[in-house]
Amino acid sequence: MHPSTLLLSKQLPTLQYTSTPDRFDESWEAPLSTLLGLGRAAGADFIEFFLERVNYISCLAEDDIITSITPRLSKGAGVRVFIGKADCYVSTNDVTFSGLKLALEKALSIMGLQLPGANAYIPAVNLELFRDYATIKNKDSWLPECSSIREMGEVLLDANTQLQQKASHAQSRRCVYFRDWQEVLVAGSDGTFARDIRLTQSVGYSLLCADGAHRSSISKRVGSTSNPNFLRAWESQSDAEEVAHSAGQMLYADYVDSGNYPIVMANQFGGVIFHEACGHLLETTQIEKETSPFSKKKGEKIAHESLTAWDEGLSPTAFGTIDMDDEGMPAQRTLLIEKGVLKNFIADRAGSWRTGHPRTGSGRRQSYAFPAASRMRNTYIAPGEYTNEDIFASIDRGIYCKKMGGGSVGATGQFNFSVDEAYSIENGKIAKPLKGATLIGEATEIMDKISMCSQDLGLAAGFCGSVSGSIYVTVGQPHIKVDSITVGGR
Amino acid sequence: MPNFNDIATCAKDKADKLGIKKFDIYGATIDENSVQVERGVPKQVKASNRSSVTVRVWNEHNTVGITSTTDVEPAGVEVALKTAYEASFFGVKEHVPDFSPEAIAPIKDIPDETAPQAPVSELIEKLISVEKELLAVHPAIASVPYNGLSQRDINRFYLNSDAALRTEARSYASIYLYSKTEEEGKKPRSGGAFKISRSLEQLDINGCLKKAADKTISHLNYEKVKSGKYQVVFSPEAFLSLLGAFSNVYNAQNILDKQSLSTPESLGKQIASPLLSVYDDALHPDNLAAETFDGEGTPTRRVALINDGVLTGFLHSAGTAKRMNAQPTGHANMGAKVTVDPHFYHVFSNQTAQQEYSLDTAENVILIDDLQALHAGVKALQGSFSLPFDGWVVNNGKLTSIESATVAGDFLELLQSIVFVEKEAELTPGGVCPRVWVDGLSITGD
Repeated sequence: MHPSTLLLSKQLPTLQYTSTPDRFDESWEAPLSTLLGLGRAAGADFIEFFLERVNYISCLAEDDIITSITPRLSKGAGVRVFIGKADCYVSTNDVTFSGLKLALEKALSIMGLQLPGANAYIPAVNLELFRDYATIKNKDSWLPECSSIREMGEVLLDANTQLQQKASHAQSRRCVYFRDWQEVLVAGSDGTFARDIRLTQSVGYSLLCADGAHRSSISKRVGSTSNPNFLRAWESQSDAEEVAHSAGQMLYADYVDSGNYPIVMANQFGGVIFHEACGHLLETTQIEKETSPFSKKKGEKIAHESLTAWDEGLSPTAFGTIDMDDEGMPAQRTLLIEKGVLKNFIADRAGSWRTGHPRTGSGRRQSYAFPAASRMRNTYIAPGEYTNEDIFASIDRGIYCKKMGGGSVGATGQFNFSVDEAYSIENGKIAKPLKGATLIGEATEIMDKISMCSQDLGLAAGFCGSVSGSIYVTVGQPHIKVDSITVGGR
Repeated sequence: MPNFNDIATCAKDKADKLGIKKFDIYGATIDENSVQVERGVPKQVKASNRSSVTVRVWNEHNTVGITSTTDVEPAGVEVALKTAYEASFFGVKEHVPDFSPEAIAPIKDIPDETAPQAPVSELIEKLISVEKELLAVHPAIASVPYNGLSQRDINRFYLNSDAALRTEARSYASIYLYSKTEEEGKKPRSGGAFKISRSLEQLDINGCLKKAADKTISHLNYEKVKSGKYQVVFSPEAFLSLLGAFSNVYNAQNILDKQSLSTPESLGKQIASPLLSVYDDALHPDNLAAETFDGEGTPTRRVALINDGVLTGFLHSAGTAKRMNAQPTGHANMGAKVTVDPHFYHVFSNQTAQQEYSLDTAENVILIDDLQALHAGVKALQGSFSLPFDGWVVNNGKLTSIESATVAGDFLELLQSIVFVEKEAELTPGGVCPRVWVDGLSITGD
């Protein structure tokens, strides 16, 4: 049945559609436009369907054995219904017309809406011409082009052998890989109708070294999107050298003395400082709750004039890159801060409605079990004008944070993150290794203390957990100097 | 959606068709509703009805493969069995997992405790009312940015090709409230609380409200704390979160993987102050989330982990128990590599302390209410931690909120430095635990 045919409500149970949960294509136009029309006829202001299929596999090598191959197959859908700025989200595993209709009816009922009477007309919603990024960009062949289970095993075992050769006092070596293939379809009552396939992969080492009472553990992972040959192209040897070197440096390191220090943060994963201390606070999720100190600061100076920062979904193969977000909007390159002045927020659809800030293609979610929310993609501090030598030379006594761990930010703008590999800086030079450091501070204060940015911008893959689940992101920055920060230690 | 018996019958048929002789399945279905409100109006309602199963298959060479799926219709189960069978040829050849010897052992007869779900409109009404009350408690409380009231029905099952079949059904209701203050010339402060119960009717909503309000107000007047070594008092939640972060100490799988602060030989050693005893007890009468069997069908039970400071037991799966010549303890999660996790802690002291301490008389001690960012600040394999926290400086019963600080130390040293375990325990979602006093921890503040 074509969606333009005007339906009576009582005809709905007799409809037969050819769409199948095993492929999201144009055949979904008719059932989804009918369901969207049903929602509109019931009185909803806006309705959105999100359909998802996932084919995931992970592989773990421990020392010289593959100890885990874990495939996961997932299929599900979510329907989100808005009345004004309030919304209801219902998710289900049943990706059939009747399953989606049931979910829609539940959402409408929760919002206090009644289904139209038996003789009411159901005007189908006109959807846009199918926007199929998967077909446009030849993504349908990605899954079979990825490494087979056998190849995964061979690459990981070889990698662990290399790590054994490079490391001293290795107690355990782990190498873990995952491949996450995801097909999504989004249809909204504003006419949105788009499909995409995402391919996200990551591989990395975890090394534990022990010598008597001395212990060190260092991890490193790399990640990519949109590249079926990712694992084949992985430079495992150089990563093994880096991890082994770091673990060796930290094995006999002293604990850091707590206090306030000027610090240098390395490029790549050092960007977690901006992600935690500022990025989350620019998401409309925080703005609408008024839990961000920056909520009313658009156009104002919120950071040192040396700082410019971006959030974007466009860098080829970066871990947070997406062709469209989980609300069907094409990804953008969003200038967050320019020379210290706040330029834009990170907005999803609901966040945009609730705060008035424009959407930025940042509506993201872990899976169909979550409604989309404003989330970061590839977020980084732009390169500055200094060299690394300039930055180190400006510090007599401080700390070099070479490898960062994770972090978090609270509802009042207090942030924290841990340092996995640190060194003292003495008279402008990197000196002895230090461990056990945690950096804490206030977002509003720290942003004005990032006073020097180097030119060596580097990106790193990461995972970000927030209201819409765990998603893939990139953090990044060049080497930067923070004039003063509280370092928790012993 | 299919029920357990449908899935069991379907799996057997599909396995027969595929020539698979040995398999087991662990699965769950969840039906949940949750609401959030903002300034007196509903903000977001979520509802979900979803299922997932994990199938584990042994091939003719007795190696194992596994696959998880959310598609529990016959076609989905068949694809999962096929995928697991293909993966089985890459399974480990040593220490191959097997059915738990206790998968058909008698199980403690705890009746399924389910409660009918209240209408979503009732959840919204209650939460709006609670938000209003919380905002009225103190003029400085400006918002309740994080809040939620939810109901959840969970059905779990385990079955295997040797005719084991276990099922369990539970209902829960929970609430969380997290309020934030705004005062001229002061930094915003916050505090929160969480309560869980078997049904909305039993849920202590007023208790949650009072706790959130008291905590938030207690942080209004804050000061910096001077960096140094302090006697530290961990709240039950803070101590349990630290125990959980370092659970590799008594996790048999971690020990066998050399991913632990312990070795098999650590059993019987004094690893903590004699004042400390720690048990894991899924069937503790106060455990609302009691599970009677684990992911391999093994019955859960009470396990002594640390008794009077001595490491007395490990958490086991069927596989780790076999390798360490012990009994399974009912802590397994099914996986290509079976993992082991605690259920519900019971922390207490059997011993009389040399000195009893009280917050009413103690001077200059740090009371830690909530440890933060454990995912980042805990180095579980090194035994060290450096964590931001919410808490107070306590002087003769007077609590002064700490503006911002971290606590750092070595977990095994911390266990040895326990000087007092209070008598009165508190029920938390993770276990039953009293406040625990520890000497000489590093605090970084001003």
